[in-house]
Amino acid sequence: MAIRSFLILFILFFFSSLNPILSLYEDQVGLVDWHQQYLGKVKQAVFHTHKTGRKRVVVSTEENVVASLDLRQGEIFWRHVLGSNDVIDGIDIALGKYVITLSSGGSILRAWNLPDGQMVWESSLRGPKHSKSLFLVRTNLKIEKDNIVIIFSNGRLNAVSCMDGEVLWEKDFEGESLKVQQVIQPPGSNLIYVVGFASSSLFEMYQINALNGELLKHESAAFSGGFLGEVSPVFSETVVALDSTGLILLTISFQNGKISFHQMPISNLVKDSFGPAKIIPSSVIGIFAIKMNAVTIVIRVKDESKLEVVEKTNHETSISDALSISEGQQAFALVQHASHEIHLRVKLAHNWDDNLLKESVKMDQHRGLVHKVYINNYIRTDKSYGFRALIVMEDHSLLLLQQGEIVWSREDGLASIIDVTTSELPVERDGVSVAKVEHNLFEWLKGHMLKLKGTLMLASPQDIAAIQSMRLKNSEKSKMTRDHNGFRKLLIVLTRAGKLFALHTGDGHIVWSHLLQSLQKSKVCQHPIGLNLYKWQVPHHHAMDENPSVLVIGKCGPSSDAPGALSFVDTYTGKELSSLSLVHSVAQVIPLPYTDSTEQCLHLLIDADKHAHLYPKTPEAISIFEREFSNIYWYSVEDDNGIIKGHALRGKCTGEVADEVCFDTRELWSIVFPSESEKIIATVTRKLNEVVHTQAKVIADQEVMYKYISRNLLFVATVALKGSVEIGSVTPEESWLVAYLIDTVTGRILHQVTHHGSQGPVHAVFSENWVVYHYFNLKAQRYEMSVIEIYDQSRADNKDVWKLVLGKHNLTSPISLYSRPDVITKSQSYFFTHSVKAIAVTSTTKGITSKQLLIGTIGDQVLALDKRFLDPRRTVNPTQAEKEEGIIPLTDPLPIIPQSYVTHALRVEGLRGIITVPAKLESTTLVFAHGVDLFFTQLAPSRTYDSLTDDFNYALLLITIVALLAAIFVTWTLSERKELQENWR
Amino acid sequence: MAAVTPLLLLLLLSSAPSFSSGSRNAYNINGRVKIPQGLGTKGYALPGRMSNVKVLLNGGQNITFLRPDGYFSFHNIPAGTHLIEVSAIGYFFSPVRVDVSARNPGKVQAALTENRKGLSELVLEPLREEQYYEIREPFSIMSLLKSPMGLMVGFMLAVAFLMPKLVENMDPEEMRRAQEEMRSQGVPSLSSLLPGGAMN
Repeated sequence: MAIRSFLILFILFFFSSLNPILSLYEDQVGLVDWHQQYLGKVKQAVFHTHKTGRKRVVVSTEENVVASLDLRQGEIFWRHVLGSNDVIDGIDIALGKYVITLSSGGSILRAWNLPDGQMVWESSLRGPKHSKSLFLVRTNLKIEKDNIVIIFSNGRLNAVSCMDGEVLWEKDFEGESLKVQQVIQPPGSNLIYVVGFASSSLFEMYQINALNGELLKHESAAFSGGFLGEVSPVFSETVVALDSTGLILLTISFQNGKISFHQMPISNLVKDSFGPAKIIPSSVIGIFAIKMNAVTIVIRVKDESKLEVVEKTNHETSISDALSISEGQQAFALVQHASHEIHLRVKLAHNWDDNLLKESVKMDQHRGLVHKVYINNYIRTDKSYGFRALIVMEDHSLLLLQQGEIVWSREDGLASIIDVTTSELPVERDGVSVAKVEHNLFEWLKGHMLKLKGTLMLASPQDIAAIQSMRLKNSEKSKMTRDHNGFRKLLIVLTRAGKLFALHTGDGHIVWSHLLQSLQKSKVCQHPIGLNLYKWQVPHHHAMDENPSVLVIGKCGPSSDAPGALSFVDTYTGKELSSLSLVHSVAQVIPLPYTDSTEQCLHLLIDADKHAHLYPKTPEAISIFEREFSNIYWYSVEDDNGIIKGHALRGKCTGEVADEVCFDTRELWSIVFPSESEKIIATVTRKLNEVVHTQAKVIADQEVMYKYISRNLLFVATVALKGSVEIGSVTPEESWLVAYLIDTVTGRILHQVTHHGSQGPVHAVFSENWVVYHYFNLKAQRYEMSVIEIYDQSRADNKDVWKLVLGKHNLTSPISLYSRPDVITKSQSYFFTHSVKAIAVTSTTKGITSKQLLIGTIGDQVLALDKRFLDPRRTVNPTQAEKEEGIIPLTDPLPIIPQSYVTHALRVEGLRGIITVPAKLESTTLVFAHGVDLFFTQLAPSRTYDSLTDDFNYALLLITIVALLAAIFVTWTLSERKELQENWR
Repeated sequence: MAAVTPLLLLLLLSSAPSFSSGSRNAYNINGRVKIPQGLGTKGYALPGRMSNVKVLLNGGQNITFLRPDGYFSFHNIPAGTHLIEVSAIGYFFSPVRVDVSARNPGKVQAALTENRKGLSELVLEPLREEQYYEIREPFSIMSLLKSPMGLMVGFMLAVAFLMPKLVENMDPEEMRRAQEEMRSQGVPSLSSLLPGGAMN
C-alpha cells in the first residue's frame, strides 16, 4: 500500500513538470529574450536640477526621441519617439514642469509633463512662408503667472503661453528675401530683436515688444561686402558675422536702433590664417569661435568692436552654451581632445584667464571625438560651484562627467543600426574562459526542488522571486563560448556613426566595440557612410585556428560614384585587421558562394561604371573565380528609371584600369517598366543562405507538388505613378499595384498579377517558393497581405513509377534557357489589420521546421504569424483530407493572436528591421529586431520538439528513478519473503 | 449602463467639431481615444498608460499623442480618405477610415475598418484587451487526471485495487485450482526475474 501511494505521488510529480509550452508565460520574460532601450545621438539637452525632486536631463535626439533621463544613473524616466517626418527642432523646459518640443519644421509645438511624460498640450503653428530658420527662445517673461515661449518659424514670430499652448500674439516677417538669422531676447527686458539678412547685403533689425508683439523699430543698413553663413550674438545688441569672402569678421551693433558695422580681417587677428572661416555660434556673452580648416579660434569681443584672440588650437574643440550661475555671471565649458584624454575647462564668460574648473578625463579611443557638451552646476558642500558635463561623442554615446570621472555612459549609437550579421563564438577549449558552474550537487538539487515547488504552485512569494532570479542569472547563457545548440552567438552590428559592436545573444551585453577608421571623417573622406556588413571569413573544417572576420563596406559621401572603403574586423577580438580605401565606387556587393583555402569568402564589388572587382585580391581567389566565371549572374534595379537589368561577366578589364581583379561586365537583358504608368517600389529576393529541406510537398490524396525553388527569383512590385504618394490622396480607380516574379538569369517574367485599387507601401518577404507581400487596398480601405506560391510543373508527370521504369519520364529532357519553365502559381489574399514596418521569416538550420512570418507592426511590436495562415490552398470548407493535412479554413482577415506577439508586452520603438538567424538546433531560430530599441529572442515555430525545455525538472527525474529503484528492491525483498513463507507452509 | 450612455453621448456631442478647416485646403482631424475604466486592471496584461498611446495617420505619416483627457488632433491634413491607427500596449484598436472632404467641412465620416461600423463621432475605443502571456493553469488534481498519463495511472490503480476484489469473489475451489495450475507452470514472480532470485 505504501509503495502504491508512493508510486502515485512521484508519477504525479513527473507529469506536472511536462507542461506543453504554447507561448510565453509572464514569468518567462527575460529568460531567452532581452530588450534594450536607446535614444540616438543627442541633439540638445536641458538640465532640470532643482533642489527638490529627482535630478533629470531632458534630451532630444537625431532619432526623433525626446526623453527624460535620470542624472544619477542615466536611466530613462520616460521617452517618446516622434514620427520620422516630425523632426525635433528644439526643446526647452518651461514653468519648471513642462518639456516643450518644437518639431516638424517649426510647425508643431508640444508640452510634456516633466515627471511622467504625459503630453499636456499641442499647438500647430503656421506661417506665411516656408523657411529653414527656426528658433525656440527661452524667456523669463511673465504675463500673469504664465511664462511665454517665443518661437520663430516659417516666417512668423509667435509668443505661446506655456500653460496651455495658446498663441498669445504673432507677427509675420514677410519680406521677400529676408532670412532671419537670430532672435535675441535680452534678459531682463521686454524687447525682442529679430535680426537677419535681406537680399545679400542688407542687414535688417526689428525691435519688438515681447508682451504684445508690437513692432517698435525697424532698421536696415547695407554692407557692400555681403554676408556669409550664420551670425553669433555676442552681446544683447551686438552680433558677429562674416563677410561673403569669409575672410573679414564683422561686428554689427544695433544699439538704440542704430546699425553700425565694424570690419576686422581675420588675418589681422591670426597671423597664419588659411582660407575662409566659419562661425561656430555660441550663446556666451562676449565670446565666439571661428573655425578655419582644422583650427579653432576663440575670440573675445571687448567693448563693441575690439576683437581679441584668446585661444587658437589644432585640437577638436567643443563649446557649451552659456549657463548663468548667479546674477550676471555666465559660465561655459570648453572641451578639447588630446589622444587618450579629454580636457574639460569651465570658465566665466567675462573672465577668460581663470578656470572655474579644469579636469582631464581618460577617454576610450573608440568613442572618437567630443561632438557636443552641455554643462550644469551644483553647489558643493563648501558652497563653491561644482559642474557636471554631459558630452556627446562621435560614436553617438552619451556620457556624464563629474569630478573628473565618467559617472555613467550610454551607448546610444546602437539606436541607429545600419546592418547586422552574426558570428560564432570560439569553441570551448582548455584555457578558454568558462563561467562558473553550479557549486555542488546540494545546491543543484535545492534549485530544482525550488522549481518543483514552483510548478506545483506551492512556492511562497520569496521562493518565486528566488526561482525567477535563478533563471535569469543562468550563467550558461552569457558564456563566451560556443554552445551545443547554437543559441550563443555574437551579433555584429554596424551603426550610423561608423562603429562596430558585438553583442552577445545570451544577454545582449557588448562584448567589444570598435570605431572604424575607414568610416571616420578624414581629409580624403569628408562624409563617410557605412553601407553593409558581410561575413568575410567563416572558419570551419580546415581553417579552425583562424578567427572569423567580417567585411565592412562604406563609401565617401552620398553620391553614387563616391569611392568605397573596406574594413576587415576580427569578430573575436574586435581588432581592425586591415582597411582599404578603394579607387572605385561601390554600387553593389555580391557575396559569392565560393571560399578560398583559408575560408575567406569571395566578394564581387560592382562599381558605378559597371566594372566588377573581386576581393580578396589573391591569385588563389582569382583562379577560383575564373573557374566559375560563366556561372555568375546578377541584376541591378534602377528605381528612378524603372529598369531592371541582368548582367554577366565578359572578361578582364580593358583600358586604363588594368587590374588583375577587375572585370568587364555585359548586360544580358533588361526589363523596362513604362515610366508613365508604373514605378518600382519594392524588390525582394530569397536570402542567400536559406536552406530548403525538400522540394516535394505532399498534399492530400498522396499527391505530390514540386516547389519551384530557384535562387534567381526576384519579386518586384510596381504601382501606378499616382499610387506612389501617400494614402489618402488617390482614388481606387487611379491606382493599381502589379506584382512580378522575374527570373534574374534569363530576365523572364514568370508570373504577373495586378491588384486594382491598391497602393503601396509594399513590404514583402521571399522564402522557398513563396512570396508574401503587404499593401493597402483602397477599395476596402484596409491593408491586405497576399501570398504567391510557385510550383514546378515539369516534374509533375514523374510521379508514375511505371513511366520512370519504362523511360518515358522527362528527367532527361534538356534544360534550356530558351524554353519557358513550366510553372504554375497559386495565390490568395487576406486582410491584415495593421500597417507594417518590416516583414521577415524564420529560418532554421535544415529548413525542416515550419515557417512563421515575423511582422513588425506599426505599433512597434513583432507578430509571429504561422505560414499556414497564408496558404493559397485554404478554402472556406476544407475537405476531410485537407483538414488532416493541416489546412486552416479560410477567413478573410488574418488572425492576430496577442499571445503570438514575439515582443510580448514590449515595444521595439522605431522598428526598422527584423533579422532571423538559425540556431544549431533545428527547431529554434534566433530573432533580432532593431530600431531605436533592440530586442532579441529565440523562437520555436513548431515548438521545441527536439530538446527538453528549460523548465524540465532533472531533479524530479532523478528522484523518480531513485524511487523506482527503491521500490523495486523493497518489492523484491517482500516478494522473496512471501515466497519463503509459501515454501515453508 | 443604459443611464450612463446618454450622458456620455451628451458629453461627446458638446465637444468641438471633429474637423475644422484651415488655410490652403488643409484640415485638422480631432478625435478622442477612450479606454474604458475597468479594462486593463484585471489579468496579466500591463495596462497601457495613456502617455504611451500613439495615434498614427496613414501608416505613420503623422504621429501624435494623447492629451490627458484622451483627445488628439492632426494638423494640416489634405482632403481625402485617411486611415487612423491607435497603438496602445495591452489593447486592440481597429483602424479607422476617416473621410476629410472639402465640400462639407465639419462633418464626420468615419468607420472602423475591422467591422465596418460607422462612427458618428471620432471616438476610438479598443475592440478588446490583449493578453500577451499565457496564464499558468493553477495546479489541480483534475487536470492531472484528465491527461492521458493521469488516465493511465487511474487504470493502473483500478487494476491494483479492484483485481484483488475480483479475486476474492471467486470460488475458493476454482481459485486453488488456478493457483496450482500457475505454480506448475512456474509463476514469473518478481524475485525470479531478478538476478539471484532465480535459485528457487
